[in-house]
This record gives sequence, structure tokens and C-alpha cells, in this order.
Amino acid sequence: MTRREGSAFAGLGVVFTKEFADQLSGARMALLVTLIVLTAAGTVYAAIQTIRNVVGEDPFLFLRLFTTAKEPLPSFVAFMGFLLPLLGIALGFDAVNGEFQRRTLGRVLSQPIFRDALLFGKFLAGLTTLAMVLGAIWLLVTGMGILLTGVPPSGEEVARSLLYLLGALAYGGVWLVIALFFSVLFKNPTTSALAAIGTWLFFTVFWGMIAAGLAQAIAPVTYGFPEEVLRQAQTELMLARVAPNTLYSEITLALLKPEVRALGPVLPVQLQGMVLGTPLPLSQSLLMIWPEFTGMIAGMVIFFTLAYVLFQRAEIRA
Amino acid sequence: MMAAIETQDLTKRYRSLVAVDRLNLRVERGEVFGLLGPNGSGKTTTILMLLGLTEPTAGQVRVLGRDPVREPLAVKRRVGYLPDTVGFYDELTGRENLRYTAALNGLTGRRAEERIQALLEQMGLLEAADRPVRTYSRGMKQRLGLADILVKDPELIILDEPTLGLDPAAAHEFLELIGRLKNQGLTVLLASHLLEQVQRVCDRVGLFRKGRMDLVGTVPELARRVLGGAYRIRVEAEGEGLREAMAAVPGVLHVRPEGSAWVVEAESDLRPALARVVVQAGGRLFGLELGTPGLDEVYRAYYGEVQHDAA
Ligand SMILES: Nc1ncnc2c1ncn2[C@@H]1O[C@H](COP(=O)(O)OP(=O)(O)OP(=O)(O)O)[C@@H](O)[C@H]1O
Ligand SMILES: [Mg+2]
Repeated sequence: MTRREGSAFAGLGVVFTKEFADQLSGARMALLVTLIVLTAAGTVYAAIQTIRNVVGEDPFLFLRLFTTAKEPLPSFVAFMGFLLPLLGIALGFDAVNGEFQRRTLGRVLSQPIFRDALLFGKFLAGLTTLAMVLGAIWLLVTGMGILLTGVPPSGEEVARSLLYLLGALAYGGVWLVIALFFSVLFKNPTTSALAAIGTWLFFTVFWGMIAAGLAQAIAPVTYGFPEEVLRQAQTELMLARVAPNTLYSEITLALLKPEVRALGPVLPVQLQGMVLGTPLPLSQSLLMIWPEFTGMIAGMVIFFTLAYVLFQRAEIRA
Repeated sequence: MMAAIETQDLTKRYRSLVAVDRLNLRVERGEVFGLLGPNGSGKTTTILMLLGLTEPTAGQVRVLGRDPVREPLAVKRRVGYLPDTVGFYDELTGRENLRYTAALNGLTGRRAEERIQALLEQMGLLEAADRPVRTYSRGMKQRLGLADILVKDPELIILDEPTLGLDPAAAHEFLELIGRLKNQGLTVLLASHLLEQVQRVCDRVGLFRKGRMDLVGTVPELARRVLGGAYRIRVEAEGEGLREAMAAVPGVLHVRPEGSAWVVEAESDLRPALARVVVQAGGRLFGLELGTPGLDEVYRAYYGEVQHDAA
């Protein structure tokens, strides 16, 4: 029998293939995809109703499909800001402890693969699934846009929307890794699901308030100078950026609204010489969100490393 | 030749609890070795350390000459492990589950299919092979588990309580399979507390107690050590002064009445000598029966002492 010599990635492809197939065939996945597709179709349809009358005037009509909200529905990107964490968590919360519960972990880890190959294979499978779902949604939105407005997107619009998709993937990926981490930390999938959803709620609902409070404590406004106010606002923004949802909204804003020239508070003096309302070139928009993007990647790396360290030393008593 | 398993002062501590205490175990190649002991005596913990599924607190392990902590893949490529509660991916079929294991071992394509087919046949699972494992009975899962560890064509297999939850017929069949594997040259390490079964298949056994393995050997050896005599001869006879006469025979260790008969513990098979003294003493002899003491007797005597220790 021929046998491969064991590299660190022995078995990675095998794990990936199996996990990916599992993800695609699961009932969980069907449910979430249905939810997301309905949401996407609904919000984009509503957006089209609103922007119909500006066809021909707005150079970025296609991008408006993503960002326009029509009361009482939030915009497509806002909905995704809410659904992507859910999808990421759903794809990862029982990745490791689920195998524990099914008593398959001992059997799998007595095969000649490293533990990181198992973990990384599961992560890659989740991320690929996310990418596939996002790709399908993009096609859906684009198709609807062309059909209902009759205007094809420009090259730059396609580029911007695809880059947004990449940001959305990173955002969903962060939550996937966080869920993966909890699935290593807790032996029970219910617990890890609750922990992941709790973390998400914390960042979505409470972190904004906490960041504001902390900013007041760190950079108080004593005399009311504009510099003081600005410093506080900047501190608050820095703190808010710990939350993945802040990073996601900034990426969304910069990529899908080309007229946005800066993220966060700016002094009027910084705006001098700029023509307000003129769109920023794509390269400038990209430059602006580069830190946000790397921040999300860093978040993924940190949580993956934590999960890896925990898992590496865990006792596998089936 | 290098031993299949060799440990040196292997120790596992969970906080204050010593689960395995300075274990020195040596299992030769081609041998069927039984780890025996009551619940919580450290059998499973020992097995996990042999596979690198938990880290030893102290001591050395060599499995097929390799260190499972330093070179886990080299060990896992050649060792099959059946956990005490084996689980499969329920929604996949038996065949698909085996295919995954084969792929993880770098075995794919036609060769994998042929091997899987042969193993399913050997385990009597051909009919169920393409049904989801969800629909399998406990015994079928256990046999699938055995097929699963054989996919990689291992040199050593480690089975933790392999007959747990099997009915007597299924357990018997399972042990037959293990016996056949031994004949194919495999080394088997088996943890169990079902004595009669262990006795049937194991060449040697090691008795665990509170994390220590103080007694190792073949069943007759252990019987001699724990019970004093390896041979028990049941003498059915009537007459005066038989007990004294039999006790005087060289090699007899102990004589005690049991019902209407006598049980003689002896160092060797003394049936002819006993028959002679009974007749010489004027007794009437109805029967002589040699019974080697079973493992359950050894076990009861050995762990009975422990309970006295503890009380
Ligand atoms: N993760 C753990 N933390 C603390 N103690 C543990 C842990 N795992 C096992 N133990 C203890 O270690 C001891 C040995 O357990 P082990 O599972 O090896 O016993 P065993 O001989 O396999 O028993 P059984 O026949 O019930 O399977 C037990 O006292 C058990 O309570
Ligand atoms: Mg056990």
C-alpha cells in the first residue's frame, strides 16, 4: 500500500472535501440560504422601487441596490450585517464538539492527520460555503438589477460590489472562526451556539454604548475645545472598531458609497480643497478601508490560533 | 525484535488523582494482550496515552518503536483504535464512513474500494453497507468499527471494551474475529472487564488496580500467583481420613471440602497420585476432575483483597 509521508497538511484536503459536502447537504444550510435569498430578493426589490425615478441620473445606480433602504425594510447591506454572523455561527458552532458528541472525534484523530489539519479543513469548508452563498446572492442581486432597471452595472460598480463581497466574506469568516473557537472551548454544541450568539449580541447591542462610555472616561471633554471633542470621538471610534460589525459597516460605506471621503470624525480643515460630493476613485476607497480589512483578518487569525492551542492539548476521551 | 508496545514508568495525573501510576507494560508483536480491571482503574487512560490522544504526565511510551507524542502520524498510520463508544457519521452509509477513513490514510480510488468491499464482507456487513449508519444496530456498528480500524491495514489494534453492549452470540462472534486477526499476525491490545472473554482470546493479561498494574502473565501464571495453586482437582470420594492422606501427597498445597467432594489445590496435575492414595486409604472413588481456575476466580480473589484494603 502506498502511503504519503505526513506533512502538516496530510489529510487537509480529505477533511475539507467531506466537511464541504456536509455543509452543502445539511438541513441547516438549506434553511439559512432560503432565509438569505428571500431577504436579498426582498430588500433589493424594495430598493429598486425607490431608485426607479433616478435611473439615468445616478452614476452608481447599481450600488444603490445594495445600500438603499425603504421603510420599514432596512437596506440589503444592513440585513447582511445581521445575517452573515448568523450564517458564520451556524456553519461553525458545532464543528468540533459536534464530533465529540457523535463520538467520531477519537476515531478521526486516531487516523494519521494532525489536529490542525482537521480544524483548518473545517474552517476552509465553512469559508468556502460562505463564499458560495455570497457569490450566489451577488448573481441574484445583479440579475434583478439588470432586469428591473434595465441598466447594466459599470466596470467600477462590478469591481466595487465584488470587493464588498470580499469584505462580507471576511466578516462572516470572523464569526465562523469565533464559533469554531467556542466549539473547541465548550463540550456541548448548545452551549457553544449560545456563547457565539451572546458574543454577537454583545457587539451588536452593547458594545456601542460601552465604547461611548469608555471614550468619555479615557478622553473627557473638560473645556469644550473642538480638539477635545474630536479626540473623544476618535477614541470612541477606535474602541468601536473592536466590534466586527463596525468594521463591516465601514467597509460597506467606503466601497458602496464612492462619495464617502473619510471614515469617522474629521475637522473642517481636513476637508479643505476637496470637492464635496465628487466620488472617490476606487483605489482611494480601497486604501481607506485597508486597515478595517486587515483588522478582520487579524481577528480570524487570533481566534483560530486560540482554538488551535486549546484543541492541540485537549484530551480526546470519546 | 522490538516490542509492539513498551512503556516506562508511564504516569497520568488529573490534579490530585493518579489515573495511571508508573506503568511498565510490554506487549510483544503478534500477541493478544488483555488489560483487565474494574471501572476507573486506568485502562482507557493508558490507551489514550498510547495513541497520543492525551499527554502523559511522566514516563516514556514506545508504540511500534515510535513515540506517539513526538511522531503521532508515524504511530497512527500503523495502529488502529476502536474507542469504547465508537461513533460514526450517522447520515453517511457504512461504506462512506469507511471511505473517509481510507482517504484520511491516503488510500483512495479502486484500491480503497476493493479493500472496503473485502472488509465489509469479512465483517458480514455487505447487505447493510449502503444504508445510513443511523439504521445500524449496536452490534453492526461495532463490526463496522472493526472494519474501520482494519482499513489502514494496521500492525497493532487497540480495542477498548469491544464487546460492550453486545449480546452473547454477537460477543462470541466478535471474539472469533479477533482470534482470526491474531492468526493473521496482528498484535491486539484489548481492555475489558468481561473475564471469560478475555480469558478466551488473550495470550497474557495485566491486572489493573487503582492505576497500577502489579500482575502480568498468562491466566495459569496469575492463578498460581494469586490463588497459590494453578491446578484444582475435584475429588469425589468417600472414606475415612482422606483429607489427611491427600494433603500428604507431595505437591499438594491445600485440601478443602466442597459439598460431598474435596477440592485439592496442587502445583501440577496430581490426579494419578490422588487416585492412588484414595484407594490405598480404603476410600471409594467416584470421580476425578481437573479444573484450571478461571480468570474470574483470580479476579475475585485479587480485587477482593483490594476491597479489604479499602475497608
Ligand atoms: N478528564 C479527567 N479528569 C479527571 N479525572 C479523570 C479524567 N478522565 C478520567 N479520570 C479518572 O481517571 C481514572 C481512570 O479512568 P479510566 O477511564 O482510565 O478508567 P477505566 O479503567 O477505563 O474504567 P472503565 O472500566 O470504567 O472504562 C478514573 O478514576 C477517572 O475518574
Ligand atoms: Mg474505560
